[in-house]
Amino acid sequence: MNSHQGNFVRASMIEAAPAPIQTGGLAYWLRKNLFATPKDTALTIISLLVLAWLVPPAVQWLFIDAAWTGGGRGVCATVAQGGSQPDGWSGACWAFVNAKFDQFLFGRYPIEERWRPALVGILFVLFLTPMLIPKVPYKNINAILLLAVLPILALILLPGGWFGLPFVETPLWGGLMVTLVLSFVGIAVSLPLGILLALGRRSTMPVIKMLCTFFIEVVRGIPLITVLFMASVMLPLFLPQGVTFDKFLRALIGVSFFASAYMAEVVRGGLQAIGKGQYEGADSLGLSYWQKMNLIVLPQALKLVIPGIVNTFIGLFKDTSLVSIIGMFDLLGIVRLNFSDANWASAVTPISGLIFAGFIFWLFCFGMSRYSGFMERVLDTSHKR
Amino acid sequence: MAIGVTTTPEKSKPSGSIINDPQVRGIFYQVITVIILVAVVYWIADNTIENLKRANIASGYGFLNGRAGFDVGQSLIAYTSDSTYGRALVVGFFNTLLVAITGIITATIIGFIVGIGRLSHNWLIAKLSLAYVEVFRNIPPLLVIFFWYSGVLAVLPQPRESAALPLNIFLNNRGIAFPKPVFGDGSQYVLYAFVIAVIASFLVAHHARIKQEATGQRFPLLWTVLGLVIGLPLLAFLATGSPITFDVPVAGKFNLTGGSVIGPEFLSLFLALSFYTAAFIAEIVRAGIRGVSKGQTEAAHALGVRPGLTTRLVVVPQAMRIIIPPLTSQYLNLTKNSSLAIAIGYADLVAVGGTILNQTGQAIEVVSIWIIVYLSLSLTTSLLMNWFNARMALVER
Repeated sequence: MNSHQGNFVRASMIEAAPAPIQTGGLAYWLRKNLFATPKDTALTIISLLVLAWLVPPAVQWLFIDAAWTGGGRGVCATVAQGGSQPDGWSGACWAFVNAKFDQFLFGRYPIEERWRPALVGILFVLFLTPMLIPKVPYKNINAILLLAVLPILALILLPGGWFGLPFVETPLWGGLMVTLVLSFVGIAVSLPLGILLALGRRSTMPVIKMLCTFFIEVVRGIPLITVLFMASVMLPLFLPQGVTFDKFLRALIGVSFFASAYMAEVVRGGLQAIGKGQYEGADSLGLSYWQKMNLIVLPQALKLVIPGIVNTFIGLFKDTSLVSIIGMFDLLGIVRLNFSDANWASAVTPISGLIFAGFIFWLFCFGMSRYSGFMERVLDTSHKR
Repeated sequence: MAIGVTTTPEKSKPSGSIINDPQVRGIFYQVITVIILVAVVYWIADNTIENLKRANIASGYGFLNGRAGFDVGQSLIAYTSDSTYGRALVVGFFNTLLVAITGIITATIIGFIVGIGRLSHNWLIAKLSLAYVEVFRNIPPLLVIFFWYSGVLAVLPQPRESAALPLNIFLNNRGIAFPKPVFGDGSQYVLYAFVIAVIASFLVAHHARIKQEATGQRFPLLWTVLGLVIGLPLLAFLATGSPITFDVPVAGKFNLTGGSVIGPEFLSLFLALSFYTAAFIAEIVRAGIRGVSKGQTEAAHALGVRPGLTTRLVVVPQAMRIIIPPLTSQYLNLTKNSSLAIAIGYADLVAVGGTILNQTGQAIEVVSIWIIVYLSLSLTTSLLMNWFNARMALVER
């Protein structure tokens, strides 16, 4: 029996393939990542063309042609518009941002009192930075400083009225300061409230479960702006005559409640991911409900949902910009308010101001998301392959 | 593990005080909650009635029949300032729907392109997609809206000096003007042809599925459907002697005349919502595709399935299962974010409601209408997407 009849068996040795041209260096990287296939090459060339079309004009507009200094609209307007720039000029008006920078930070807070929010801001950075670095010791004291001492100090310093500090009413607050205060309080309130709501939604008591579910689902179903409207026009109706809430406080309540509903759903996801054995183990040790949750379940559950929690924080930070619609001047609101300043009105002022505000928002949000990724790796105790 | 506990005779005679019985405690806590809740609601209702009485505001929805007295910028149904408040709210509702639906379609398209781009082997495409996502995800949508509205669209040229785009489309600071189709006699046949084409497409799809299940042969469904849906109306259009003409916008002395105009309010809201939500959809799409295990692709390649078909028949159907639930919540977010329209004066439900609220002071009624409408929109979208999800879900034995 001839076993070599089949023509699918090669009779002669195949010739050795040529060695790969290059497996390192720039040329190899380019070929692998940019020009692997004809389709890839086409995509690369198209992207490069688009970049060449977009980037140089953008750089030109943002930096080279931009008006960096100046005392009024003249530097940001062309001759035809009554300014000093040549006709056909267009560039970013950073002089506007430069001149209004203090306002963008503090709003219309009285100039001689601005050291107060500045001091709170410096303390915030001082307390927050060691809190964020896992290796720095004394986290307990640090947490007390950040979450108890700082808010009390802020409560004394920002509105004033105590210890001989002149009172500064909240309508004068504005700018980045308002954005940060709203987000800080929103975060500090929404996390514990969200945890409570999530626990309530998973409770075995039907009344509590129903109430929490109702609150969470209704708040998640409506836009924040309606919640803010509710806080600004309906809350005064609900209170007895004579009792008035500060507008700023009302916005704070609205933002915190709104964020806590989203936080509750994130935390619920974490609670559901914890195995039944953990609950039963805690029960069999004789732990009470709150001991079980605080010592066994929540530490595991919260660690699982850090990305979700930080995403909610980022969402809350971005959502604070909505208070400008109900007549408060957060960073976006104060930037927009300054568009109407006749001294600075020009065609490029709005877009320059918005790019600046967008950059500030972006910096904070991007920082938060990067930090959450870092924290996830630090806290990761699982045995991943 | 609870077996040993339940069979003990202890059960009938609880040891210890009744205070330690979790069931009794549960009932106690719930009764307390209900009492507090009822008290708070009563207190709020009492205050509200008192306050309304003092402000001379009649409660109830009777105000909806009153004359609105304000104009809206853009309306899908007939509306004048003589119409009722109720009709104004309906106008706002349709405008919300319009911007939400168009925004969802565009955001999905951009989101899928960018999401797939992030997984591209092409380094440049992947980095560009990453940059897009990181930029738009970290900026408030309201700021993006203002960026388009007061940054870009407001500085476009005056209508007199409109920028002319191809196909007789004009761009100026009052929006985008484009040719308006005018339907002449016989144009209804084009519509009939379109309806017939859609029905035929469903029949063909059904037939193709039966044939594939019976014989394993695939039918070129996409091209057939495209041919039907485009070809049939086109044939009808030509056969009836081209009844559809276009009313082209013409530059007049101060403004463009003729054609249709989409205002800058809608445009900036639509663009901002699409670009913003697309960044989130891109991340969802990326996670979905990454969630399909590599073994699936490798197995398909081992079976000799071509790469394009592998993506279409193996990867995408499995990725869709991961994608659909978070995609639904993004669609809902976009719908809710459309309420930011109030900031630039696009007459959506919240903007119209806000105007009515200022005019009449009916805060509770207007807010309740908002809540009901948005909740039902959320519910409808969830139901639709759940139905779609159920069709896509893994059928296990």
